[in-house]
Amino acid sequence: MVQFIIRRFAQMVLLLIGISFIVFMSMHLAPGDPATIIGGPTATKSDIEAIRADLGLNKPVLVQYIDYMNGLIHGDLGYSYRTGQSVTEAITTRFPITIKLAVASMIVAIVIGITAGIISARKPNSMLDFASTTFSLVGVSIPNFWLGTMLILLFSVNLQWLPIGGLNSPFYTTEGFKELILPAITLGTSTAAIIARMTRSSMLEVAQADYIRTARAKGVKQRKVVWVHSLRNALIPVLTVAGINFGGLLGGTIITEQVFAINGIGRLMIEGIASRDFPMVQGTVLLVAGIFVFINLIVDLLYAAVDPRISYD
Amino acid sequence: MNHLLQVENMKVEFRTAKGPLTAVRSISFHVDKGETLCIVGESGCGKSITSLSIMGLLPQNGNIVEGSIKLENDKLVGLTDEQLQSYRGNKISMIFQEPMTALNPVFTIGYQLQEPLLIHKKISKKEAKQASIELLRKVGIPNPEEKINQYPHQLSGGMRQRVMIAMALACEPLLLIADEPTTALDVTIQAQILDLIEELKEQMGMGVIFVTHDMGVVAEIADRVMVMYAGEVVEMSDAQTIFANPKHPYTQGLLAAVPDVEADAHELNVIPGSMPNLDEKIEGCRFHPRCPFATDICRQKNPPTFKISENQEVKCWLQEAKMHIESAATS
Repeated sequence: MVQFIIRRFAQMVLLLIGISFIVFMSMHLAPGDPATIIGGPTATKSDIEAIRADLGLNKPVLVQYIDYMNGLIHGDLGYSYRTGQSVTEAITTRFPITIKLAVASMIVAIVIGITAGIISARKPNSMLDFASTTFSLVGVSIPNFWLGTMLILLFSVNLQWLPIGGLNSPFYTTEGFKELILPAITLGTSTAAIIARMTRSSMLEVAQADYIRTARAKGVKQRKVVWVHSLRNALIPVLTVAGINFGGLLGGTIITEQVFAINGIGRLMIEGIASRDFPMVQGTVLLVAGIFVFINLIVDLLYAAVDPRISYD
Repeated sequence: MNHLLQVENMKVEFRTAKGPLTAVRSISFHVDKGETLCIVGESGCGKSITSLSIMGLLPQNGNIVEGSIKLENDKLVGLTDEQLQSYRGNKISMIFQEPMTALNPVFTIGYQLQEPLLIHKKISKKEAKQASIELLRKVGIPNPEEKINQYPHQLSGGMRQRVMIAMALACEPLLLIADEPTTALDVTIQAQILDLIEELKEQMGMGVIFVTHDMGVVAEIADRVMVMYAGEVVEMSDAQTIFANPKHPYTQGLLAAVPDVEADAHELNVIPGSMPNLDEKIEGCRFHPRCPFATDICRQKNPPTFKISENQEVKCWLQEAKMHIESAATS
């Protein structure tokens, strides 16, 4: 088990190096020069050259990459071209906000998704099943930004129940909880829909299994058959889907944060891309990639916890 | 005399998109305490559906539309699923064909064994654990103290079937239904499992319904045999009579199809044709399209059941003809 985790961490480092290279190169190959943006419309050619030299942008790209990696190894993600702020610092202040949003959305997704899936699977082709599968289809199809805007219009502008945006108070305060509701629903809905579909089909498949018949033959109560004997088996594929979608959810924070004016990693990334702020974009992308890989590791470890047939020894 | 299990005129239908399909057509039989009834027939003859009906475990679209099932004095048809739960695993137990998939892969052997005990007996978890260790020992599993903490995938097929048997017998049922419990096992293990079921039956005095298509198994364990074809009981008799004097052409065909290793020509006898589909309409006797002796009446009218002796009943027109001849000869 320990060996497995160490091996996975080693793979993770290699993967992140690869990702850093691709991100670095794509940023530098993309049109748009950060120096002209920093210099502004009035800057002369020599001003821009000076800025380029100052940022080290006049060196060959590979040399720049090696310099960047050298800094990275020492825990230095560089400084924002735009604000001069340390990227590490910017990320540490913004990261908790994004994680709060992502985790809240995941909770929404899992609770709604699994419940809807089970309701569907208990009586397939019933009205409830129809309602739940319709919700899934709509949920997957609705774009985040549209859903977010509509929720704001309804609950914040018209009904004035919930705040329009921002995510500043701690989540355990009433204010903070209210702030979290709309963004979490916006971001969590499509994942909830995917989880609901997966849970439904997985539960239906498990319901046909011989061991479910065995459980019923023992006189186990129907409710226990569903919640204990079926669910644990049915959750194994759901876990995979939830894990993979957590990555998608992190990507989704970019749009959701924009819609709800939340100062998280997503906004940091968008601002960085708009101003060709290379270090900021690289830092945030690496972080998100790192979390994605890490979550996958956690999911793999959870498999072993849920399914005794899986062991990493 | 009151039988342990009495099934009368049971008819089982399945709702399908094409309308109802009849899987079991008004069958009647009984099982007594300490007796093994073997239900024999090809795949699709309704033998598994019959056993699931008794358990109340028919698939959702299946229904007992006519007839009655009585266990001792309790009527089982018409009970709700909740009411049936107190019978399942308690008074009636079942062992299934596939030991590899019949145990839940994510729970320990111990958990699965204790479950029926905790549901039906008022005992503590500690007592249930002790009882499950005893049960495993009873079915011949070595190191039961260790085995209760293991998962199904850590056991072989034979061991898993032993666990299934232990689970089925946990609450000392009155009736054990074994649906081809040895089909998926290799021959040496098969013999061990049969011996085990026999032994435990003697010990507990329970009735056993043993579903199989293997005439070798029937010869070994049956007290009485019920032959099913296309949802009907075609012949019912005690085990000796069935082998010595099978009356129904289908039973004769089944017995002839058992390979004889001592015969010179190693050619298998087969019954021509195949079992009709459930939705196939057949006039007259349901076996007549495959029957070498079929006459006009066989094609027109479904035969009644003829009781030819105290121990033998046959659903075949040929018996009527014979009975006429016999009665003519005696008069």
